[in-house]
Amino acid sequence: MYEGVVQDLIDELGRLPGVGPKSAQRMAFYLLAADPADVTRLQEALQRVKDGVVFCAVCGTVAEKQTCRICADPRRDVRVICVVEEPKDVVAVERTREFTGRYHVLGGALDPLSGVGPDQLRIRELLTRIGVDDVTEVIIATDPNTEGEATATYLARMLREFPGLSVTRLASGLPMGGDLEFADELTLGRALSGRRAV
Amino acid sequence: MYVRQLEVTDFRSWEHAEIEFEPGVSVLVGANGQGKTNLIEALSYLSTLGSHRVSTDAPLVRHGAQRAIVRTAVVHADRELTVELEISPGRANRARLNRSPVPRPREVLGVLRSVLFAPEDLALVRGDPAQRRRFLDDLLVLRAPRLAGVQADYDKVLRQRVALLKSAGAARRSGGGTADLRTLDVWDGHLARHGAELLGARLDLLVELTPHVRAAYRAVAPESATAELEYRSSLGDALPAAVPDAGVNSTGKADVDLLEVALLTQLAQLRAAEVERGVCLVGPHRDDLELSLGGLPAKGYASHGESWSFALALRLGSYQLLRSGGAEPVLLLDDVFAELDTHRRARLAEVALAAEQVVVTAAVPADVPEELQGTRFDVDAGQVRRVR
Ligand SMILES: Nc1ncnc2c1ncn2[C@@H]1O[C@H](COP(=O)(O)OP(=O)(O)O)[C@@H](O)[C@H]1O
Ligand SMILES: [Mg+2]
Ligand SMILES: [Zn+2]
Repeated sequence: MYEGVVQDLIDELGRLPGVGPKSAQRMAFYLLAADPADVTRLQEALQRVKDGVVFCAVCGTVAEKQTCRICADPRRDVRVICVVEEPKDVVAVERTREFTGRYHVLGGALDPLSGVGPDQLRIRELLTRIGVDDVTEVIIATDPNTEGEATATYLARMLREFPGLSVTRLASGLPMGGDLEFADELTLGRALSGRRAV
Repeated sequence: MYVRQLEVTDFRSWEHAEIEFEPGVSVLVGANGQGKTNLIEALSYLSTLGSHRVSTDAPLVRHGAQRAIVRTAVVHADRELTVELEISPGRANRARLNRSPVPRPREVLGVLRSVLFAPEDLALVRGDPAQRRRFLDDLLVLRAPRLAGVQADYDKVLRQRVALLKSAGAARRSGGGTADLRTLDVWDGHLARHGAELLGARLDLLVELTPHVRAAYRAVAPESATAELEYRSSLGDALPAAVPDAGVNSTGKADVDLLEVALLTQLAQLRAAEVERGVCLVGPHRDDLELSLGGLPAKGYASHGESWSFALALRLGSYQLLRSGGAEPVLLLDDVFAELDTHRRARLAEVALAAEQVVVTAAVPADVPEELQGTRFDVDAGQVRRVR
């Protein structure tokens, strides 16, 4: 244990995902020794994301404006929607360069243990979009784990109400129990092109 | 297969220990509390990713240390594999196979196949159903490591479903409606699918295991009645209907699709009660393996000696089953000879002598049958010393 403010900094850093006590300590001492200008820049970047970043009013991903770059891009097919859990999954699917439609970010997955049900996810918004934009295909790209699979099943049932809508799920081949974000581009690209109806 | 080397760091009482084993018999001798069982436990943990004494990892880490490390070199078919496990309570454990990290510890299941017989096994006969479910599930994974994934998926879905039942029940009681129940069908479906796979695997296992256990019991307790094993499912009477011919269909395997339908039907029937009580009443987590002798349940009826014989027969039966398919398992016998009478000692010694490798612990050399001498290690004051 260090004294006062140094320990406070270590504790705060240690709360970040993927940062253990050892790395938190390393980061803290790096920051202590760093050039004040570097620290100021980090400080400002942190402040800006909290003040400036908004969520796209259409798809729900992080954006700088009311509408994100993808939703504002007329070349992206508005009739095909890829449904993901988190903004980081949008980035993962974009990396494959296989997908030319739009996204819909749910903001998580069904997770009763954490009190997350359908009302905590952006499902109603999805249903509205499907009606308004004349959507022809929805690709469900939730994570290949317990919560993601349950969410996919639930969505598939809800989407049956739209006659003529094709609903697909990423093909298997993604490591089960995993996270979309960690699948490599090739695997994810293959899962995307091999998607099957549900 | 055999364990050529075991190295533990900050595991239980051991700050560090390294033992070189050979095929055949190894005997660990030392007074009580010197750490013999701790070493056996380390081997068994590598084999099943669980302890036979505790259900959480914290007690496995040496008092005052952050994490324990268990490393073994296992030889099978002239090939040596090293497995290393880092046990860190409160965080994800990590494993390495031949020094390379693997994504999940369960990837190393199957590298070391072992069967442990220990004083704690009396609970297989006298303890609650959870002990016998664990017995079946550990054996399932030793035979087909893939099933560890099925078990993990089932447990995860079960926990989610129970959470949902609890919040739905609470909402209903406070007049808050039934919003939570909209997703219950989804969880039912997933529970039934994973549950059917697990249930089917257990039923298939039992068909193969039963004759081995019966034979082992006859050998260790020839004077006693026949040992019987019967699977008690939460499906009750719906089970035989789902799996014709006493649990198997024409392929000789349990029909997983039929089991899934049976589970779904049962879930629908019991839904009101489940929401009311906030408990999941259907599924393999509610099942039991009923042990009986001459028609009477072993639990509550069998004598102390019969119970011991039954526990031994379950382990020896498992050993014979594993031996009959795949790599020969390592036999671990923790402080058990002192508990057995002359006849059962002799039978166990006979099996042990034929094993590719057996590791035995005892407080004094006299507790180990004459014929099982082999390599001897003295365990004393935090040291393991080979003496023969
Ligand atoms: N996490 C732990 N840290 C330190 N000591 C432990 C830990 N767990 C068990 N022990 C000690 O290990 C000893 C028991 O070791 P054990 O292997 O069961 O003995 P035996 O040689 O009789 O089989 C006890 O003295 C106990 O206090
Ligand atoms: Mg002991
Ligand atoms: Zn958008």
